[in-house]
Amino acid sequence: MPLLTVSEVSKSFGGIKALDGISFSVAENDVLGIIGLNGSGKTTAVNIISGFAKPGSGQVRFKDRDITGLPPHRIAGLGIARTFQTVRPFHNLPAFKNLIVPLYSPRIRKFTEGGRWGDRDAVALDLLEEVGFERDSYVPYKPASTLPHGYLRRLELARCLALKPDLLMTDELFSGLSASEVGSMVPLIEKLQTRGMTLIMVEHRLRELFRLANKIVVMDRGRKIAEGSPSEIVENSTVKETYLGAEL
Amino acid sequence: MVPSLIIYGLINSVALALIALGFSLTYGISRVANFSHGALYVVTGFAAWLLLNRVQLNYYLAVFLAVVLISVIGASIYRLALIRVRGMPLLEIIVTFALGTAALEALRFFGFFGSNYSLPPLFRGGVTLLGVPVDTQRLAVVVIGGTLVFILWLVTHHTRVGLAFRAMAQDEQAAMMLGIDSDLMATWSLALGAALVGLSAIVLLPLSFIATESGANILVSAIAVCILGGLESTAGVIVASLLIGYAQILTVAYLGPHYQMIVALLAILVTLIVKPSGLFGKQKELEERV
Amino acid sequence: MARRLERIDRPIKVLTDDIYALSSIWNMLYVAVPRIFPALLVLLMPLLSPGAYGERVVIITAIYALLALSWDFISLSTGLVSLGQALFFGVGAYIAGLLNLHLGLSPILTLALATVLGASFCTALLAPCLPLRGIYFAMTTLVYPLLIARVIEATAIVGGTDGLVGIDSFPNAWVETYLVLIFLLGCGFGLRRFMTTDLGLVLRSISDNDQAARASGVNVTSHKLIALWIGAALGAFAGAYFTHLYMFVGLSAFSLDLSILPIACAVVGGMGTLAGPVVGAFILVPLAEMLRDLGTLRIVSYSLLLVALVLFKPEGLLSYLKRRYEQVERWVEV
Repeated sequence: MPLLTVSEVSKSFGGIKALDGISFSVAENDVLGIIGLNGSGKTTAVNIISGFAKPGSGQVRFKDRDITGLPPHRIAGLGIARTFQTVRPFHNLPAFKNLIVPLYSPRIRKFTEGGRWGDRDAVALDLLEEVGFERDSYVPYKPASTLPHGYLRRLELARCLALKPDLLMTDELFSGLSASEVGSMVPLIEKLQTRGMTLIMVEHRLRELFRLANKIVVMDRGRKIAEGSPSEIVENSTVKETYLGAEL
Repeated sequence: MVPSLIIYGLINSVALALIALGFSLTYGISRVANFSHGALYVVTGFAAWLLLNRVQLNYYLAVFLAVVLISVIGASIYRLALIRVRGMPLLEIIVTFALGTAALEALRFFGFFGSNYSLPPLFRGGVTLLGVPVDTQRLAVVVIGGTLVFILWLVTHHTRVGLAFRAMAQDEQAAMMLGIDSDLMATWSLALGAALVGLSAIVLLPLSFIATESGANILVSAIAVCILGGLESTAGVIVASLLIGYAQILTVAYLGPHYQMIVALLAILVTLIVKPSGLFGKQKELEERV
Repeated sequence: MARRLERIDRPIKVLTDDIYALSSIWNMLYVAVPRIFPALLVLLMPLLSPGAYGERVVIITAIYALLALSWDFISLSTGLVSLGQALFFGVGAYIAGLLNLHLGLSPILTLALATVLGASFCTALLAPCLPLRGIYFAMTTLVYPLLIARVIEATAIVGGTDGLVGIDSFPNAWVETYLVLIFLLGCGFGLRRFMTTDLGLVLRSISDNDQAARASGVNVTSHKLIALWIGAALGAFAGAYFTHLYMFVGLSAFSLDLSILPIACAVVGGMGTLAGPVVGAFILVPLAEMLRDLGTLRIVSYSLLLVALVLFKPEGLLSYLKRRYEQVERWVEV
């Protein structure tokens, strides 16, 4: 049984149909890649699943439960975490204090409670080390507003991991990163996958995505035009025409 | 009863539109919510009064100088103060609000309050419309108000300056890249907004007294019309003035004069709670955004 | 040669950031003095000030300090700027007056009830406006006190334009003076402590970026309500205190004065520090009292002062003092 099912979801902004009856599902421990040109509705799909946008019609089911139209914090509480396309750290807080927020959310609070305050700090530092912050340096203690972009991406990922999600959705996680930064991010995603996490990745970096994902959904103008394993997608003629042609 | 409600409702609506136009124009161009709007109204009144009665100028010259003076004041509010807090809407509000309060209280200190001061009407006498006596000055309000709205629409939609204004209203940074001086435009927007509220003061004040107490009411009325109509929308200003104008006349007729401001205040609250972007607003930011 | 100003933490500051604070008497004093000295000063102020008028000024200062503290707490923890502290003040003032007049409750009891009920009432009024941002929320807070005052005026409920008279005063001068001062110190230190707890951090994160807070599984609305309630409670307490102090409550409890002066205090003292607004109040309010003879010029002067500070010295006094206390400055060549 699939972990997440999106069925016949439509959404329009004014007159423009951002999503037009899109359906797909993700099985447990899958890595689903969503690709498509700009404006094809990828981010809208992520927003609808995570509750940041309400669908015009259609249904989203997670763990066999209808989550359509629930507010974002409830969906996060059920175990769906997401990153944002443009990083959204809490600028005024030190990097490790950023993670106090998800650690304090009702979903996680019960695991991190019991001691005095400061206990969550230790958990936060562990998480930051996991995504590649140097633990003994000053970096985790600097205000998020002073960190370079690469660290902010990692911080965003750590904020999601702090929720111990069952499903992690990344929205262009690799954008704005240098080649070496992407190179160090890929093994991290692989590690999450081996740990049993399910991922949905919206991505423009096809080379890395095709290495990580075992299923790809191709979108064009709010519709799904193809679905299959990476090797099938590369061979698919419609996809080649609208999207891949130049690149592969 | 009914014809008089219709006629006085219309006059009240046009008066509201006149008051709100300046606020709406300034906000529409430069995104500055000018909370000294009411003070500018009162200051124009006293400036015109001083020029008429102390300097003994001719009426038209005095009125012209008062409006010029108020637009210079508007421009200097931007040049001297707002330019330093540009882009921080709340500080802009605090600064303009505090400046307005300071101006009003200073006028009160110098004895300008109560019912001792008034401007002479431009037109005297009256006519009877549908059996209702109406004085000519009130008709002048309707005519001048209508003309101003029309001119404003012409300028913003059919001239180069208007185009630059609208460009800036849509995307300040993009407009700057195309060579539009955003500070200059914002200065103009404040000056024009102030000139408009000055004009409305010249037209409306002969109907009552020049009183510092009315400053807050003017500000509230302008905000009410702009919020209900949707900030920056000229069509919204017209529709909202009609709605609030008639609602005020009706409540005053049936409930009592105290309710006039309550209608305006309730209009602000209800609009903000139910549909913050107003009837004609295009403010997408207020809706869920990611 | 180009130069730039370099700021470095003092060694003693770095030491006392950690548990080494306990290792020497100087380190302990370094931490304790900036906290204990102002608190003692506040408590001694009624004794040092001359006569009944001086005491009255101290009490009014403390009342404004509470309003300023409430303003700063709300803006720090929800990111919302209130232009209507008079709402909290007026609601608290009227509830205390009504409870005392009609139910005959003692001032201490009405004070507690007015704080709780007033805060709940104001929070309920503002709850529908919470999704609004920036200037829109500010406008609703500006409108509420005006609206309530007009409604009282129009319907002549709760005393109409005459207000409520004949309200009991406090049992004795000691209670009258020290209750508000101790409440102020308790709230000031309590809220500063609260902002460093995990819940406080979550509130700050919401004012920073509410979308990211939502994505982190935090219910933004309920947290904002909590913060708003706490802020409103401080304001309502201030209003209720004022009622019993003057044994009268009227429409002036909703006046604009009460909304502007607290903001001015916060700007003078330093926004976002919680202690700053209190310091600002102890500078501005006595000054404003001294200027009372000038009539409305008093409002002119502090409005202009507010503008000047916002434009030229937005940092605030307390942030400046803190910087000088904790850091050394020197020019280095680059």
